[in-house]
Amino acid sequence: MPALKPSERMKIPRQRMPEREADERRTAFIEVNRGYTSQAAVTESMRCLQCKDAKCIAGCPVGIDIPAFVDAIARDDLPAAADILFADNVLPGITGRVCPQETQCEEVCVRAKKGDPVGIGYLERYVADWAREHRRELFDPPPPSGRRVAIVGSGPGGLTCAGELSKRGHAVTVFEALHRPGGVLVYGIPEFRLPNAIVDAEVETLRRRGVEIVTDVIIGQTYTIRELMRTEGFDAVFIANGAGLPIFQGIPGENLKGVYSANEFLTRVNLMGAYRGEESDTPVLTSTRTVVCGGGNTAMDAVRTSRRLGADPATLVYRRSRREMPARAEEVKHAEEEGVVFEVLCNPVEILADENGWVRATRCIRMELGEPDASGRRRPVPIPGSEFDIPCQIFIQAIGTRANPLLTQTTPGLNTNKWGNIIVDENNMTSIPGVFAGGDIVRGGATVILAMGDGKRAAAAIDAYLRNGE
Amino acid sequence: MFKIVQAEWLAPKVRRLMVEAPRVARRHQPGHFVIVRVHEEGERIPLTIADSDAGHGTITLIVQVVGATTERLCGLEAGEGISNVAGPLGRPTDIEYVGHAVLVGGGVGTAVIYPQAAALREVGNRVTAVIGGRSREYVILEAELAQCCDDVFPCTDDGSYGYHGFVTGWLKDLIDDTGDVGLVLTAGPVPMMRAVAEVTRPHGIRTIASLNPIMVDGTGMCGGCRVTVDGQMKFACVDGPEFDAHTVDFAGLTDRLTTYRNQEQLAWNRLHETALGDHSRGAHCQMSGLEAAAPV
Ligand SMILES: Cc1cc2nc3c(=O)[nH]c(=O)nc-3n(C[C@H](O)[C@H](O)[C@H](O)COP(=O)(O)OP(=O)(O)OC[C@H]3O[C@@H](n4cnc5c(N)ncnc54)[C@H](O)[C@@H]3O)c2cc1C
Ligand SMILES: Cc1cc2nc3c(=O)[nH]c(=O)nc-3n(C[C@H](O)[C@H](O)[C@H](O)COP(=O)(O)OP(=O)(O)OC[C@H]3O[C@@H](n4cnc5c(N)ncnc54)[C@H](O)[C@@H]3O)c2cc1C
Ligand code: SF4
Ligand code: FES
Repeated sequence: MPALKPSERMKIPRQRMPEREADERRTAFIEVNRGYTSQAAVTESMRCLQCKDAKCIAGCPVGIDIPAFVDAIARDDLPAAADILFADNVLPGITGRVCPQETQCEEVCVRAKKGDPVGIGYLERYVADWAREHRRELFDPPPPSGRRVAIVGSGPGGLTCAGELSKRGHAVTVFEALHRPGGVLVYGIPEFRLPNAIVDAEVETLRRRGVEIVTDVIIGQTYTIRELMRTEGFDAVFIANGAGLPIFQGIPGENLKGVYSANEFLTRVNLMGAYRGEESDTPVLTSTRTVVCGGGNTAMDAVRTSRRLGADPATLVYRRSRREMPARAEEVKHAEEEGVVFEVLCNPVEILADENGWVRATRCIRMELGEPDASGRRRPVPIPGSEFDIPCQIFIQAIGTRANPLLTQTTPGLNTNKWGNIIVDENNMTSIPGVFAGGDIVRGGATVILAMGDGKRAAAAIDAYLRNGE
Repeated sequence: MFKIVQAEWLAPKVRRLMVEAPRVARRHQPGHFVIVRVHEEGERIPLTIADSDAGHGTITLIVQVVGATTERLCGLEAGEGISNVAGPLGRPTDIEYVGHAVLVGGGVGTAVIYPQAAALREVGNRVTAVIGGRSREYVILEAELAQCCDDVFPCTDDGSYGYHGFVTGWLKDLIDDTGDVGLVLTAGPVPMMRAVAEVTRPHGIRTIASLNPIMVDGTGMCGGCRVTVDGQMKFACVDGPEFDAHTVDFAGLTDRLTTYRNQEQLAWNRLHETALGDHSRGAHCQMSGLEAAAPV
């Protein structure tokens, strides 16, 4: 195919992601986005202007060579596209689905200045899904280094670090507290956004490369960090245990029956499979009316999940306006299509009970936006006297999570900040030599790709540390 | 898979399982629990570690059949396996010298006080155990406790064995008679722990209750195990499960424990339907002469 001129490329409209109908997905946990066809992918890839100074690369937290892999798709050379992608990102099937592209690569794509950016995330997913179907990694095991590294937590940070270290010949053991590896990817993010089978496939790839994954081990309880280094024979440790402790607002009624943290609700449904009804032993409450508090990805996932379990209405309550919602734009759009009711500029002040201790309504107060706060966003302030009640039987708190002190408390000498996040240097090393950390436990609730970036950087630093023997 | 090496009935519907879990056994301290998942579609349930043997790499669980999961677990025999055993979890019991420590256990709660008794004795305390059951056959671990306590007093609701009455009746007398009780640890049904707290409160005796809210992960990630203690929200799996009984909101705990009553009943019914013909999900319902009854 002859190369297109930029003006021709500019004429091609952004290819739509094929989606399941909103009606169908209101009750189904099947993935919403179906993925590009090969034709749509090639067409979309031809929209890329192949910029010399490609802004998108700088917008990507792990610096994927985006124009190069997009060009390979245009040339229909998927093996080459996959090689380019995997060189910088070991979990593209996951990031292609969950990265906030609109604030990263796609935000700075030159085509976004006039119209729609290149569908970089969709193309990334396309290549990753092709590779999962068609490629068996021919893994040539590197010569063993004789060094052992322990990784705490099997979320995206831990898995990435494990992959990178195994490529360098180190023997890696991942310790996971839960019974299934994947972290938030399997217990938090629902099936309709990121099927667990995709995470399982990534974990399988690591296992084939010799990475040992040990579930049911809680570092801090089953072993301390000190024991890993002193008696269990590990030469270095990477801590990526996430920031999984749910925050409650501290309003009256949060202990009523029918109140969940988003983590509990999503864990019951995703990790424990309660969405499969009787096939799973783990119960979850379902109701006709549900209120979810928050505006991030977690809140969107919770509200869309409750919708699928029958909530009508499923209402999202958020204290700022829609513009400030930190959730991915696509999730907000999907939630709307699925009939989620948005109550913005509104905050819960109390959860009301019926005579048997079950939730009966959420009392909210209207908010208005005042002066900008530390985050640069305008601070929401309550409007006195504007309280009103939203009837509901389930209330889900999704205002965020913070660092879990379980591990840090049992690790003397490990420096943390006032929020309990582990402090690291530019190499992701903590205050304890040989102990590195990354992902949400360092950053607070952040993103999958940032956790992966940390895992990769830490792996390089751990490798250097082990080779220099310091 | 975590292999069961020994299984026996201790009382009607109460089974003792010795399970291979070397990583857990080597770190076990009194007060710790594990999260268990019986089979691959199973739910995660918390169970106290009643005993451990680091040398042989085993832990002992004492399980009462109250619903579908505990029934499945109690249906397993030596040689069979449990999908997952994670732990040890929770904060261990504070073991210190107080002079005279009294442990009050009801039903399977006695499994919690057993390792505490041995540890308290080891640091020089005089240790008294008051253990209760509905009737004689429900009183468990009396012989084991006798080995590590100065005195063991069984109590039965129906008077078929030991003291006729609730453990709190005996406890009240014990406190008055000895006058030297420095610490009370209690584990068992919520109404019992609440009553124990009321007995010791007027005497100002430090009293610690081991709480049993519904849990999922057991690592502080879900908040489902939250309880109110001294007006504060606590996550029992990481902040507890032991708390100052005088400041625990027992009414709130009791209420939250009923959250899934309807679903639990359905799960029980399903198990008993499948158990008749289909054993594919591990429903080996050999109840050793125990009649199947609906959970409370
Ligand atoms: C519902 C939800 C939706 C989200 N949606 C998105 C999205 O669309 N896009 C996006 O980029 N980000 C999203 N995020 C954020 C993203 O998931 C996290 O930033 C990311 O998963 C952090 O990765 P991590 O490796 O640091 O930790 P985690 O993914 O949190 O994994 C940590 C793992 O460590 C384990 N662990 C914890 N303590 C211990 C211990 N002591 N010993 C052993 N193991 C331990 C945990 O069980 C867990 O498996 C979402 C988060 C949630 C909760
Ligand atoms: C820290 C802790 C230690 C425990 N130790 C023991 C022990 O050593 N021996 C023992 O027999 N029991 C113990 N329990 C209680 C045991 O976990 C429950 O009896 C068990 O989960 C019931 O499951 P089920 O499916 O058989 O019954 P269900 O029919 O599901 O429920 C029966 C009752 O158990 C409670 N329950 C249900 N699910 C859970 C759950 N995931 N976590 C806690 N409670 C639940 C319910 O409130 C209900 O009242 C402990 C609980 C906690 C929190
Ligand atoms: S900025 Fe956009 S158009 Fe330019 S190379 Fe990147 S994806 Fe292509
Ligand atoms: S059981 Fe989930 S936080 Fe305690």
